[in-house]
Amino acid sequence: MKAKTADKIATAAIVVVAGLIIAILVGMLGFILVRGLGHISFHFLTSAPETIRKGGGIGPQLFNSLFLLVLTMVITIPLGLGAGIYMSEYAKPNKLTDFIRLVVEVLSSFPSIVVGLFGLLVIVNLFGFGFSLFSGALALTVFNLPLMVRITEQGLKSVPREQKEASLALGISKWKTITSVMLPYALPVILTGTILAAGRVFGEAAALLFTAGMSSPRLDFTDWNPLSPVSPLNPFRPAETLAVHIWKVNSEGLAPDASEIAAGASAVLIITVLLFNLAARWLGRLVYRKFTATK
Amino acid sequence: MKKTMMLILAAVLTLALAACGKNSGGSAEGGDQSSANTNSELTGSILATGSSALQPLVEEASKTFMDKNKGITVQVQGGGSGTGLTQVAGGQADIGNSDVFASEKLDAAQAKDLVDHQVAVVGMAAVVNPKVNIDNLTKQQLVDIFTGKVTNWKELGGPDQKIQIVNRPASSGTRATFEKYALGMKTEDLQGSIQEDSSGTVKKLIAETPGAIGYLALSYIDDSVKAVKYEGVAPTEDNVANGTYPIWAYEHMYTKGEPKPEVKAFLDYMTSDEVQNGAVKDLGYIPVSKMQVVRDVDGNIKKK
Amino acid sequence: MARSTERQQAKPHLVEEWVGRIYTFLCILLLIVTIFSMVYFVASKGLSTFFVNKVNIADFFTGVKWSPDGVPPLFGALPFIFGSFSTSILAALIAAPMGICASLFMVEIAPKFGRKYLQPVIELLAGIPSVVYGFVGLSVIVPFFRNVFPGQGLGIAAGSVVLAVMILPTITTITTDALAALPSGLKEGSYALGSTRWQTIYRIVLPTTLPALLTGVVLGIARAFGEALAVQMVIGNAPHIPHSLFESTSTLTSAITLSMGNTAMGSAQNNALWTLALILLLMTFVFVFIVRWLERRSKI
Repeated sequence: MKAKTADKIATAAIVVVAGLIIAILVGMLGFILVRGLGHISFHFLTSAPETIRKGGGIGPQLFNSLFLLVLTMVITIPLGLGAGIYMSEYAKPNKLTDFIRLVVEVLSSFPSIVVGLFGLLVIVNLFGFGFSLFSGALALTVFNLPLMVRITEQGLKSVPREQKEASLALGISKWKTITSVMLPYALPVILTGTILAAGRVFGEAAALLFTAGMSSPRLDFTDWNPLSPVSPLNPFRPAETLAVHIWKVNSEGLAPDASEIAAGASAVLIITVLLFNLAARWLGRLVYRKFTATK
Repeated sequence: MKKTMMLILAAVLTLALAACGKNSGGSAEGGDQSSANTNSELTGSILATGSSALQPLVEEASKTFMDKNKGITVQVQGGGSGTGLTQVAGGQADIGNSDVFASEKLDAAQAKDLVDHQVAVVGMAAVVNPKVNIDNLTKQQLVDIFTGKVTNWKELGGPDQKIQIVNRPASSGTRATFEKYALGMKTEDLQGSIQEDSSGTVKKLIAETPGAIGYLALSYIDDSVKAVKYEGVAPTEDNVANGTYPIWAYEHMYTKGEPKPEVKAFLDYMTSDEVQNGAVKDLGYIPVSKMQVVRDVDGNIKKK
Repeated sequence: MARSTERQQAKPHLVEEWVGRIYTFLCILLLIVTIFSMVYFVASKGLSTFFVNKVNIADFFTGVKWSPDGVPPLFGALPFIFGSFSTSILAALIAAPMGICASLFMVEIAPKFGRKYLQPVIELLAGIPSVVYGFVGLSVIVPFFRNVFPGQGLGIAAGSVVLAVMILPTITTITTDALAALPSGLKEGSYALGSTRWQTIYRIVLPTTLPALLTGVVLGIARAFGEALAVQMVIGNAPHIPHSLFESTSTLTSAITLSMGNTAMGSAQNNALWTLALILLLMTFVFVFIVRWLERRSKI
C-alpha cells in the first residue's frame, strides 16, 4: 500500500512539474505577445527605424535577419554536407576520426560570445571584411557548421544498409551512391534539422554584435545590384539584425516609443521562430511522404 | 492543418514583398526631392565607428548628408569608444567616434596621429529615483555616496532608505566624465553596486529601484527619474553652455591624419549650422558653437 | 578492345569519386583549421596579459579586486570566475529536476500527450532568442525578487532563474533520448515483479540512465556558462563576490560584453578581457571532456 501511495505522489509531482514547464512557456509567450502584438502593424513591419521620433519600424532589420540567414545557410549547407558525408562514409575508425569528432563537439559548444570575439579579431580586423553581413555569416557558420555535420551524419546513418549495399553491388561508385541514393533518403532528417538550426541563427545576437555591427545604413530597395553599397543584397554592408536591434533599442533607445518597439520586435522574432518550427515539421513530413511510401 | 500553414507562409511572403515595394517607393521620392540641391561630385564611402552615445547623432546626420551627396555612403557603427579609436588608429575606419579624448584611451604613440573634431557637447546629471526627495547634491555629498561613505539617504536629509548605486563599468566614457568633473576623483567599484553600460538600462533600474542613484546624459532624462542639481546649479543646457554647470564632455570624431575630401565634407557638415541646430538639438546634445567656454584634455576651462 | 572502352567508362567515375573524397575532406579540414585558429588567436591575445602586461598568473586567478584603471591596475578575476560557476551550477540545480521530470512525463507517464504537446513546447523554449530572455528577466523576475527578497533583485538568483529556463530544453532533450533508448525488457521485468511505476523509475530507470542524465546536466551547465546577453541584463555586474544571492555580481561573459567595446585593443585592460575569453574557451574543452567521460561510462 505504501509503495502505491509513493507511486501516486511521485506521478503527481512529475505531472505538476510538466504542467509548470508549459505554464512557464505560456506565461513567457503571453507576456511577450500581449505586450508586443498591439504594436505590430503593416507600417511597423515595413518602415525604417527612427532615432528620435515616434513611429519607427523594423523593416530593414527584418530583411537583414532573413538575408543573413540565407547567406549563412548558403555557406553552411555545402560545407556541412561535405563534412558530414566524410564523417559518416569515408572516415575510418581511428585516432584521427576520434579527434575530428572531438573538434566538432567542442566547436558546437563554444560560447557565442567567444565566437563573436574571434570574428571581430580575425574576420573583421585581420581579413578586413569590416562589420558586414558577410563577417556575421562567417561567424554564424562557425557554430552552425558542427550542427550541420551532426545532422547530416544522423541522416546518412538512418539510411538502411540494404539500400546502400544494393547500389554499391550494382557497380555504382561510392560517391554516386551517396549523392543519388543515400542523400535523397536522408533528406527529411537533414531538412528538419537544418530548419531548426536556422531558427537559432535567427535569434543570435551576442556573436553578431561584434561582427555584423549595430547599424543599418540606408537601403535602397529598388537597387538590386549586389555590388552597390546601398543595395539590400550587398553582403559587404553592415547590417543590424532583429535580435541585435532589440538589444540596441532596449539599451540605448532614444525614441519615445522605444519600449513598445522592443516589445513589438520581440513578438515578431518569436512568431518567426515559431513559424520556423512549424515549417520544419511540415516540410519534413512532406518530403518524407514524397520520398518513401507514396511515390 | 496543411492549408493553414500554407496560408501563413503565403501571408509572410506577401508581407515581405510588400515591405520591399513600400520602402522603394519612399526612398525614390526622397531622391527626387534632394537631387535638386545636389552640390558635389564627391564619391566614396565613409565608415564611422565607435561610441554608442554618439551613434544616434552621426546616424541622423548621415541620412541627410547622403541625401545631399548621392555619391557618398556613410556607414555608422557602434561598438564603443575603445573600438572606434582602435579602428581609426588601425586604419579600418575613417572616423572614430569617442566620448573621451583619444589620449585617455590610447597610448601616446597611437593618439598622436589622430586629429580631433569636436562635434557636440553632452551634459550629464546625477539622477535619483523619483521617490527620493532630494533636489540638490554637493560635490562632497556625491563623493561620499560613490565611495560608500554614506549609505543611507537619511544622512543627507532624505528618507530613511538605503542608497543603491547604479554605476557604469570602469571602462565607460560616461563614467570617466562623471568622475572627472562631478567627483573630481576616480572611484572604486563598491560591493553591491549595479553596473550597466547602456543608458536605457540605467534609466530603467533607477526608475524602478527604491533609493537608486546614477547618472545619465541629459538627453536620456525624462519623467521616470529625477535629475538633481549639482552644487545648487540645475543641469540645463544654458548652464552647461555658460560654464556654470561643470559635468559635460565633448563628443569627438577622430580621423587619422588630415581627412580625405569626402570625410572632410562630412565632418564639415557635422559642424554646420544645419546639423548643429537641427539633429544636435533634437537629440539633446548641446551645439559646440553655443558653448561660451572651451576645455582641454586636462580639464582647464577658458572663456571663449 | 572491350577492355579499353571499359576503362574509358570507368574513368569519369573514378574522377568523380576522387573529387567527392577530396571535397569532403577539405570540409573537414576547414573545421579543424577553424578550431585551431580560434584557440591560437584567443590564446595569443589572452596570454599577453601575462607575458606583455606582466600580470602575475596567480594574482589573476585568485585576486578578488578588479580595477583595471586603478593605480596600480589590479586584475583579480576570481569574482567573475566565481560568478560564472555559481550562476550556471545553480541554474542546473533548478533546471535538472525539472528537465528530468519532463522527460519522465514524456517517456513513462503520458507518451502520447507528452510527445504531442510538451515536446513542441520545449523545442520552442530552445528557439526563443537570449535577448528576449534577458528582457523578460529584467521586466518580470528582477522586480519580483526586488519586492520579495532583501536586495536589489539583480544578482545570482535572477541570473540563474533566467538561465535555468534557457537550459531546460538542452537537459530535457538529452534525458528524453536517454530514457527512450532504455531497453523495454528492463522495465517490463520490473513491472512483472509487481513494482509500481515509481519503484521502476526510481530503482531501474534512473540508476541505469544516470550517466546519460548527467551528460544532459553538464551540457546544460556548459550552455549556461557561455551565455552572455541575457545574464548581463539581470546580474548587476559589480566586480565583487556577492554576500547574498540577491546582490549584484559579474560573470566572465558579462564582464566581456560590458567592457570589450569601451577599451582599446592592445591595452592591458582589453587583453585582460581576452584572458577571460580564453578561460571561457578552455572551460568549453573541460565540459566536452567531462561529457565524453560520462558517455563512455554509459556505454559500459
